[in-house]
This record gives sequence, C-alpha cells and structure tokens, in this order.
Amino acid sequence: MMKENPSAGSPASKPRVGLFVTCLVDLFRPTVGFAAVKLLEDAGCVVEVPTAQSCCGQPAYNSGDRAAARALARQLIAAFEPFDYVVAPSGSCGGMIKHHYPHLFDDDPAWQARAERLSAKTFELVSFLTDVLGVEQVEARYTGVVTYHDSCSGLRELRIKHQPRRLLASVEGLSLREMEEAEVCCGFGGTFCVKYPELSNRMVGEKAARIVASGADTLLAGDMGCLLNMAGKLQREGATVRVRHVAEVLAGMTDVPAIGEPG
Amino acid sequence: MHPTSQTFKANASAALHDAALQRALKNLKSGFPGKRAAAIAKLPEFDALRDAGRDLKNHVLEHLDFYLERFEAQVTAQGGQVHWARDAAEANRIVLDICRAVEARTVTKGKSMVSEEIGLNDFLAANGIEPIETDLGEYIIQLRHEHPSHIIAPAIHLNRDQVADAFHAHHGQYGFTERNENPRALMSEARQVLRQRFLNADVGITGANFCVAETGTTVIVTNEGNGDLTQILPRVHIVLASIEKIAPTLEDVSTFLRLLSRSATGQEITVYTTFSSGPRRPEDVDGPEQFHVVLLDNGRSGMLGGEFQDMLRCIRCSACLNHCPVYGAIGGHAYGWVYPGPMGSVLTPQLIGVDIAGALPNASTFCGRCEDVCPMRIPLPAMMRHWREREFERHLSPAGFRFGLRAWAFFAQRPKLYQSVTRIAARVLRWLGGRNGRIKSLPLAHGWTAWRDLPTPQGQTFQQQWAARQEKRS
Repeated sequence: MMKENPSAGSPASKPRVGLFVTCLVDLFRPTVGFAAVKLLEDAGCVVEVPTAQSCCGQPAYNSGDRAAARALARQLIAAFEPFDYVVAPSGSCGGMIKHHYPHLFDDDPAWQARAERLSAKTFELVSFLTDVLGVEQVEARYTGVVTYHDSCSGLRELRIKHQPRRLLASVEGLSLREMEEAEVCCGFGGTFCVKYPELSNRMVGEKAARIVASGADTLLAGDMGCLLNMAGKLQREGATVRVRHVAEVLAGMTDVPAIGEPG
Repeated sequence: MHPTSQTFKANASAALHDAALQRALKNLKSGFPGKRAAAIAKLPEFDALRDAGRDLKNHVLEHLDFYLERFEAQVTAQGGQVHWARDAAEANRIVLDICRAVEARTVTKGKSMVSEEIGLNDFLAANGIEPIETDLGEYIIQLRHEHPSHIIAPAIHLNRDQVADAFHAHHGQYGFTERNENPRALMSEARQVLRQRFLNADVGITGANFCVAETGTTVIVTNEGNGDLTQILPRVHIVLASIEKIAPTLEDVSTFLRLLSRSATGQEITVYTTFSSGPRRPEDVDGPEQFHVVLLDNGRSGMLGGEFQDMLRCIRCSACLNHCPVYGAIGGHAYGWVYPGPMGSVLTPQLIGVDIAGALPNASTFCGRCEDVCPMRIPLPAMMRHWREREFERHLSPAGFRFGLRAWAFFAQRPKLYQSVTRIAARVLRWLGGRNGRIKSLPLAHGWTAWRDLPTPQGQTFQQQWAARQEKRS
C-alpha cells in the first residue's frame, strides 16, 4: 500500500514496534488500533501489542497522584523496553511517555534512565510514519471534505501540525478545509471535562460551531479523548458532521460507522 | 481584597451566563492574540529573545539578594529611600506613614497590580486618604467599585455602554450632565476630570515594571501618559514593586521591554517608557521632592529554590490570560482574587493559600497555550500540576474524586484484571447505547451527558479482537 517504504528491506532489518493502544482506543474504538497496525505494517514494521498494558497514567499524573502515575509508568516502561520503537495513536499519551515520564522519576536515577531511553524511542503514530519512517503518502480513498482539529498535546508537546495534513493530501478523493482556530483546545482535558463540565461545554460548543462553519463533512483528529468530546457535542446539537480518527482515513478503514454513528 | 476563589466553580458558572460580560470578552479574543502574533511575525529573533529573557531572570533569581542590595544602595545614593515590606500589612503601613508625614489628603495612582495585591486603596480610604486611579481602565472600575479583571486591561470585562453609565452617574458634579457613548468623548471627559485631580494630589503612587540594580532606576511602561503625571506632579512619588522585578542593568531592561510590549499588546514599544531615578535634582525642571520605593516580598522569597521559582520570572505581560480558553470563557473576576488566568492559577495559591485557591490550578485542560506564548518560558501547566500534587498530598481534592482515581489506578496496575473489566464495560456501554451508537444520558457520567452524547464503544475491546486475530494467525 505504501509508496514510500524505506524500511521494507530484509525481514531482519524491519523495525520492531510495540503498539501502545491507549485505553480509549482499546475501549471505544478498536478500529483505530487496527488502522495503526495496518499503517505500521505497510510501512515495513513488525508490530506487536504487549498484553501488559492499560493506561499511560496521565489521569493520575494530572490529578496530582504522582505515586499512581509512577506505578503505571514503571509498568509501561517494563512492557515496552524490548522494542525498537513505541508508537501510540495519540499525541496525548505519546506526549506523556515522551515528555513527562522522565520527570516522574526526578528522584530515582535508575528508573529515570529507563524512562529517558523509552522516551527517545516513543512516537505518536502519524509523526512516526512521517518524521521517522519518511512516509510521504498513503494509498487510501476517502470521498469527502475533511477538517482537522489539532489536539493540544500533539500540537504543543510533539509539534504535530503538518504531518497529518501532508499524508491526508495523498488520500484520493479527500480535500481539506481548515476551520478557524483549529489549534484552540476542544475542552476535553481528561478529568477537566467532568470536574468543570460547564466550562468544558462552553469550549466544545465553540469548537463544534467552528467545525460546522468550516463546511467540512468530516472531522478528523489524532486523539480519541478530543474526538469523543467533539463527536458527542456535534451529535447532541444535531450536526451531521462525521467524526473519525485520522488513522482510520489514512489506513482506508472507513467502512465501519463513524464515531457515535448508529450501526 | 477578600478572595472568592473557593467558589470558583459557581463564579465561573455565573460568568458564563453574564450576557454583558460575554459580549465584552469577545473583544478580548479578537484583539490581543492577533496583535501579538503580528508583532512577533516581524521579529525573527523573538524565540532567541525569550531564551535570553529566561536566562537573565534565572540569573537574577539566583542572586536576588545581591541585586536587591545593589538596587537599594543606588536608590539611596540618589537621594531616594527604599522600604522593605515583608507582607501586605507592612507595605500598607509604610505607604500610609509616608502619606501622613506630608499630610496628604489625596493620592493619585498609576496602574499597579501590587497595590491591588496589598489592598492599598481600601486601606488608604479607611485611613482618611482618598486614592484616585488615573489609568483609564482603573479609573472606570474604581467608579464602579470593582477590581481589575485583567492585569493590563483592568476594565476589559466592560462594554462601552457600561462605561457611559458609570461616567454619567459620577461626572455630573464636574458639569458633565449629558450621557455620552462616544469613545473619544468619554476619554476627553475622563481627561478633564482627572486633570484637576493630578494637580491637587499630594502623593503619586506607581508600580514598577522593572527595578534596575545598576542605576537604582524604576521603570514603568504605559500607553496613556497618566503614569508620568502621577509621578511628576505631586511632591512625593512612591513606587510599589515586588522583589522579583529586578533587572541588573539598563541593557537588560531593553531585552525585557522587547519581550513585554509585543507579548502584551502587540506593540513594538509602548507609548511611554518612563525611567525614574531618585527625587528631583537642583538642575531638574520637574519631579518629586521625595522618592520612595516599597519593595514587597509577600511570600515570594518562599518560592525561591522551590518548584515554583520559575513563576518569579513573570513580567506580567498577560499573554497567558489572552490565550487561555478558560480565561476567555469567564474573564478575570471568576478567579476570585487579584491575579487571574494561568499566571494567577499558579501565583494565587502561593500568595493566599492552596486551601483557598485550590480550584484555580485545577481549572485547566493543560492545553499548553499559556506556556507556548509566555515570553519568559514559564512552564505554567507543570506548575499548576505541582499545585494539584500538593492538594492531593494534603487530601484537599474531593473525596469522591480521590476514590474514583484510586479505584481506576488499582485496575490499571493489573492489566489482566483491567482488560476483563474493560471487556465488560465495552459491552455494557454498547448495550446502553442501543442502535444509536451513542448514549444520551448516563447518571454516573452526568457531567458529560448533560451537554454531550457519549459515543458508545464499537463492541469488543481492541485487546480482545487482537488476541483472537493472533490465535487465528498462529
């Protein structure tokens, strides 16, 4: 499927990727996990999914429970250390491992060293495909006008901006129409959306209005949390915009109903 | 100022339903961020300047005692006087003593957030001295008996008609009997009223954007010129500054100024940049007879050497407020004390206690825009997280929330058990959603479903499907 495939040489040279599925993809949207596997395999990777994984620990970390966050980080580090790369279909979880894990162990040099080694080989899915593997296009079809929401962690912690847009440009039948303020938070914020529901609602309400105003028929983003939030709001307001994770479109796996759609 | 940060959630809710406030906040969002972006686009070395500013301030904070003493020596050498205030009460007392010594009846004030922090206006008024705010925004909110809702645009929560109402209610005594809504006319009205007050004032009080250790100079940046009239016309000039405002040299001030005005209003430089070095010298044509600098600690020295030290780099530009989606939704008053927005969410718990202001560092999605635009590269989200850690350690976070977090962490640390639970959860949620693919109402997730549908899981979890696929493959 991939036209550019620099790593697809002999099987021995294939990079071994541990897929960190993320808790939201695991529970809500397995299709995204399979899309990730497909994209990675098409790009010449050997993909494995360690069973000893659950959550990266971000909810605990951002709630001030450092002990629980550390316990979850140690679990993930141990499970993923053997791989050449760790890839997650989420900028938020990817950012947690890449930027925050080393800080979790500021007073524990041995674990900090392990966290730093893991950090160096951890990537968000789309930036891994483009920035690390050099993938420049995909062979997929999607008929529609899409708009892309830049999820905060991916954008500001991992600098993911042009990578998904570049790959989307190679999808046949797809055109991209930017919404206004694509870089402004959708109001999800993990536990924020239940701790401050009224504020969160205001933010996602404004986001939904921007999405509808763009005139796109499909909303894409790279993080399930944001996607569930925006899909839930759009649907509550009766908007007809379909919502999908960007990996689904890039992998050509759009035959399943969109997020929150009947089926 | 009596804090209302404890009721942040209710304050925020009221703000969201305040139609006039919402109208005013639209102006904020359409104004500052665009101007800042345009100004920075014209300065390719802006990020290098941010690094320089950060390093410079870090250096100052490492040697703060040295620079503060140097600053004091230079002020004294020029005939001025430095007063050290441990807290708000001491600072207020010092200002009052200076005012009383010259039998002051009225005091004009340039814009100063430190004076808000110590509650100076109420204190002076209670002691028979009338404080008169001269910054237009500050003047307007003083008429309305309000506090600033923004650190550089104190009346940003107001609309023109509200300003017109305030002037109409108060300016009759000066002969302005007609209600006016024209911005230029309103400005001219304020100017005429304030002119006489400038001339009559016995003492002028300003803040300081910077205190220059090399020369004993204090610096203010303004756009209205009121700061100059405040500090030049009266016999006594009092500068109120917090201890972290030090810049080692005049050269360093220029680095900070380039960052400050662009980050704040998108200006390359503010209309007035005023340097004050001591009282009037014999050869000077104007200036005050006395020059006092009150240096306020109020908890800041306790931040040195700890996880909140980086916050002391703040130069009060307000870029974090202007780019914060939460501030943009509710404005500044909901935060319940002097400093709103992301910088306030870090500073307020330090200054008035995390038990009072604990809600503030929680009211963030950690979207990271504040850190992204901060000219001093202050890691604001990381410091809000530190406050959450303090709260968690001290059991200040709500019991129900802590229990939920603990229960979730228990399962998450046992992947096998976790996966069997998620398998069930996926099926139950799917069943609840029926054919719709989404849930309209879920009692345990009311915070979510009150305003949004909850998309249901696709069916089996990924791990379940993956295991089945691996089995088939082998």
